[in-house]
Amino acid sequence: MSDATGQPRVGVYVCHCGTNIAGVIDVKNVAEYGATLPNVVVSREYKYMCSDPGQELIHQDIHDLRLDRIVVASCSPLLHEHTFRTATEAGGLNPFFFHMVNIREHGSWVHTDRAAATLKARDMLRAAVRRVARHRALETRSVPINPDVLVLGGGIAGIHAALTLANAGKKVYLVEREATIGGHMAQFDKTFPTLDCAACILTPKMSQVKSHPNITLWTYSEVTKVDGYVGNFKVEVTRHPRYVDEALCSGCMQCVEACVYKEGRVPDAFNYGLSKRKPIYMPFPQATPSVVLIDPEACIDFKSGKCKKTCIEACDRDAIYLKQAANVEEVNVGSMVIATGFQPFDVKRTPYYGYGHYPNVFTSLEIERLVNASGPTGGEVVGRDGKKPKAVGIIHCVGSRDQHTNKWCSRVCCMYSLKLAHLVREHTDAEVFNFYIDMRTPGKGFEEFYQRLLNEGVHFVRGRVAEVTDWAHDRSEEGKLVIRVEDTLIGTVRRIPVDMVVLSVGLEPREDAQDVRRLFNISCATEGFFLERHPKLAPVNTSTDGIFLAGCCQGPKDIPDTVAQAGAAAAEALALIDAAHIELEPNTAYIDAEHCSGCKTCIPMCPYTAISFVAERDRVAVQKAEINEALCKGCGTCVAACPSGSIHQNLFEDDEIFEEIAGLLETAG
Amino acid sequence: MSAPAQAGPPDRYVYFPGCSLKGTGVAYEESLLTMFRKLDIGVDELEDWNCCGATSYMAISEGSAFALAARNLALAHRAGARELMAPCSACYLVLMKTLDYRKRYPSVDKSVREALDRAGLPATNGVRVRHPLEILYNDIGAARIKSKVVRGWTGGRLACYYGCQAVRPYSEVDDPHQPTRMEQLLNAIGVPTVDYTLRTKCCGGSLTGTIPTVGLRLNYELLKESVRNGAEAIVTICPLCQFNLDAYQGQIRADIWKALDVPVLYLTQVLGWMLGGEWRELGLNRSISGVSVLKRWFSAPKEKEAYV
Amino acid sequence: MPSSTEKLPAGAYNPPMPEAFPVVQGPVAVFTRAKDESVIRRRIRYQREADVSWTERVVSQPGCEGLYGCIQCGTCSASCPLAIYMDFTPRRIIQLVREGFHHDVLRSQTIWLCASCYACAVHCPQDIHITDVMYTLKREAIAANVAPKRFPIPVLAGVFYDMVRKHGRTSEFWVVLRLLLRTNPLGFFSMARTGIALLRTRRLSFVQDRIKARGELQALLPPAEEVH
Repeated sequence: MSDATGQPRVGVYVCHCGTNIAGVIDVKNVAEYGATLPNVVVSREYKYMCSDPGQELIHQDIHDLRLDRIVVASCSPLLHEHTFRTATEAGGLNPFFFHMVNIREHGSWVHTDRAAATLKARDMLRAAVRRVARHRALETRSVPINPDVLVLGGGIAGIHAALTLANAGKKVYLVEREATIGGHMAQFDKTFPTLDCAACILTPKMSQVKSHPNITLWTYSEVTKVDGYVGNFKVEVTRHPRYVDEALCSGCMQCVEACVYKEGRVPDAFNYGLSKRKPIYMPFPQATPSVVLIDPEACIDFKSGKCKKTCIEACDRDAIYLKQAANVEEVNVGSMVIATGFQPFDVKRTPYYGYGHYPNVFTSLEIERLVNASGPTGGEVVGRDGKKPKAVGIIHCVGSRDQHTNKWCSRVCCMYSLKLAHLVREHTDAEVFNFYIDMRTPGKGFEEFYQRLLNEGVHFVRGRVAEVTDWAHDRSEEGKLVIRVEDTLIGTVRRIPVDMVVLSVGLEPREDAQDVRRLFNISCATEGFFLERHPKLAPVNTSTDGIFLAGCCQGPKDIPDTVAQAGAAAAEALALIDAAHIELEPNTAYIDAEHCSGCKTCIPMCPYTAISFVAERDRVAVQKAEINEALCKGCGTCVAACPSGSIHQNLFEDDEIFEEIAGLLETAG
Repeated sequence: MSAPAQAGPPDRYVYFPGCSLKGTGVAYEESLLTMFRKLDIGVDELEDWNCCGATSYMAISEGSAFALAARNLALAHRAGARELMAPCSACYLVLMKTLDYRKRYPSVDKSVREALDRAGLPATNGVRVRHPLEILYNDIGAARIKSKVVRGWTGGRLACYYGCQAVRPYSEVDDPHQPTRMEQLLNAIGVPTVDYTLRTKCCGGSLTGTIPTVGLRLNYELLKESVRNGAEAIVTICPLCQFNLDAYQGQIRADIWKALDVPVLYLTQVLGWMLGGEWRELGLNRSISGVSVLKRWFSAPKEKEAYV
Repeated sequence: MPSSTEKLPAGAYNPPMPEAFPVVQGPVAVFTRAKDESVIRRRIRYQREADVSWTERVVSQPGCEGLYGCIQCGTCSASCPLAIYMDFTPRRIIQLVREGFHHDVLRSQTIWLCASCYACAVHCPQDIHITDVMYTLKREAIAANVAPKRFPIPVLAGVFYDMVRKHGRTSEFWVVLRLLLRTNPLGFFSMARTGIALLRTRRLSFVQDRIKARGELQALLPPAEEVH
């Protein structure tokens, strides 16, 4: 639709954005300036360009004035580029003949000098008008979405996401690294604020997962390779050998009983080392799947080859197979939900609390196991010396809110510390002291829970404990653990001797979070938790399309929030699947094959592994690099790196960029 | 000159005694020099050093405090040394802080430079500050010390007392929460130590002299807790700590604990003894408390001659 | 009523109240007033006593920049060996500084009782260099001339300072002598036991140690000095 001379016909629209832009920039001036620029047929100003009437302006002008290029000077493209591209397309033009200038986030929101900001807006507009003349028509690409989903992690987040997706009729692969699903929640006794028994509410869901026809449950397995892109992921899952056939084992545990070890020797990870297990073991009584496994590092047969193998004798289903090898499965899925959870803070990093040095200093998770009826002591809360404590100190914020360890607040510790205070009192009648900095109880029913604890006679001392010591001032402190703290509310330093100290550890990202994120091509935030696309508006999406987050791997949170997030992640995946197709942004790079010399410089540079080297195709030598449009995110690295300049990028062609630069550098009128 | 050898520690160190080591802490200097001599390492006193300013100067004028300390570093630099050993914890801390704050705060660096220029001293900030404990641990090492030991230990169990300023806020000398280097070095040569939690609790510094009700009590608690955990003597690395724990036991006996009589030794005295030093050259004759115990412990003749 | 924009003389809306407020007035009150009423104190802080520009000045000193990050957790006081003797614990001093109540802070004993052991600074979860704040407050107190005149610690600092300025080194005997003369001459006798032990073991010298390059030192130290 260019005019007779082949010159483009540009329409310029400058937005007031209410007072967001107009409050600092003289919009009228900018619009008037726009009219003086070459190729500009019309230049308008409007209060809210993103509104219906605003977009209508564009439609009308394209029709009436036969425009073929549109420039809108308003807010950030991240917000409304899509809106205006759609408007341009609705007016009958290819949407990529549109260009946006950000005079809000780059103009009125960051400057206070009206005159200078207005001049800057004019410069930016001039550059944009020159650039848009060079825009080419582009087409978005549509790719189909595979309806199957992979859920990584079998804690409550993964379980809930998997069940939601499976109930919607989608096929789900639930991959869990441990030998059983259940995650940390399976280790808790009661949950706040209702004091629901964790196992009672979790095990029905675990059993549903096991029996659901749409869920393929792979425990003791890890994802080892991920290829592909949204809608088409190719995932390699390595299933580690249990040395027991999952299909045959009925979970009767006769083999464990028959093991040559009469007693457990290996610290039991489920009970945080407070009890011991045998080399052949069931992770915990309600493990799902209910299948035993053998630890090759502890089993005599694996270590020396000489064992009577009484376990094999005892099994009447012949389920034990010591020569079992790892098995690699490959699946195709369209989307994935990452729900790998958290790890607790390592208290060895805070040696001043005496963990490991004094036997009766425990972590909160260890106490969870102690109070649990199916724990190592059958629910008896006793110290490592077997004695029941008469006074217990619970220290909040261990490892959290601290510049030396983890800067963040772990969100759940105040609530679980209150819960433990209640449970410890219930089990021991001991005097319980909670030492806190702030009492954070924001959720539904949480403040009421705090009120309940206040009325149960628990001591609340507002003060962060500096150290736990066995230094005794007098006879009454001998043999006790003394907590030295400033009671900031009374206003004095106190020494409180207790028999047992509970360290309320914070939540932190798993050790291998960086490895996982590289595997999946997602990002981690500075603290190490996986990064969501937007903290408020897209908390379960990642910046990689098709991969969603759920649970504590994205940030510390309690069970209600985890379940909500898992449901949200499942919903996002379902939205993707039900749309059946996804449009890919055409700002991708492409290689001019004629000029590509096959030097392979670009290939290792691509952070999205979108470039591959094609040696030959159909028996014909090619020896050139090729870019997978679907994987390419348009970062431009290869474009800059190519020594022969053979790589170009849609929407960022050389002439487009040079025009923009020239436009900026032109001395303004 | 402290030119590092190819393998093994340097053969000489430049050393900053500070006012204490020439006064009430003279035994520290005597034993330090003896110990290094037995290890075949030379120690040269920094020429015309001045007082580091300790806590007092910083309480009155920050500019003066840093300038005062910086003069010593500048003197070392001018003498060609790139390392300066400061055995006194307060001196060590002040010198480390001067180095650190000159790096981190341009205003401090500027004020120190101007001061050094006025005095005609080199203004560079390149001299590293060392402490005998970390020199023993890092540069020399337990194995080398062990190879030069000529006596068996005939003394009792020791409580290692690190004090505060040697390990806080800079932790090159040892960990501020759970220091173990003194124990490691002593145990390696057969000297038993005890475990107790007050290893880095402040002795009160100058408060023992100025506000006895407060200071004496802090000293009393340190002595009591060490003895309660089985120690028969204290071993320390700071002259002010040694002075506080050693010199005021008479007053503590009068006010609180009649039976108190615990010897307070310097690490360099214990190591020096094991390496073959004698009673007077180690300054053991300067001890005030627990002298009868010390006479029993430090009377064994050498068991073997040192390797050449 | 005057409008809120007019300047009023200080105290116009809040006339000074007597410290103790007797319930019954008149000559009879002398006999009828309860004995313990005189201990009733009125304690309130008005914003006119707070000066945040003073806070900013403190925070701008090297080492003090983390002060605003204090979450009042109390770890500093809990780890401080002297906190139990202080009128304001370290945590309260930080809050007082943060709010600008320089009057309370500079007259407190806390800043002088601080032994600079750095336990607070190492334990602080917000990484605030509390010891440096204490040093800054000591300097401010001396500069404002509100340090208690006979309290041994600031006097010790001053004696030490003068001696080093003049001679370049300190001699413990002369420091202690000058200190005692200024604060507590009779203290000499209680120090006698220790003094004799030190003399006996020859750890005490009467000689004033000094450096050679005293002129260099004079040039080094800043000329216009804050005097105590």
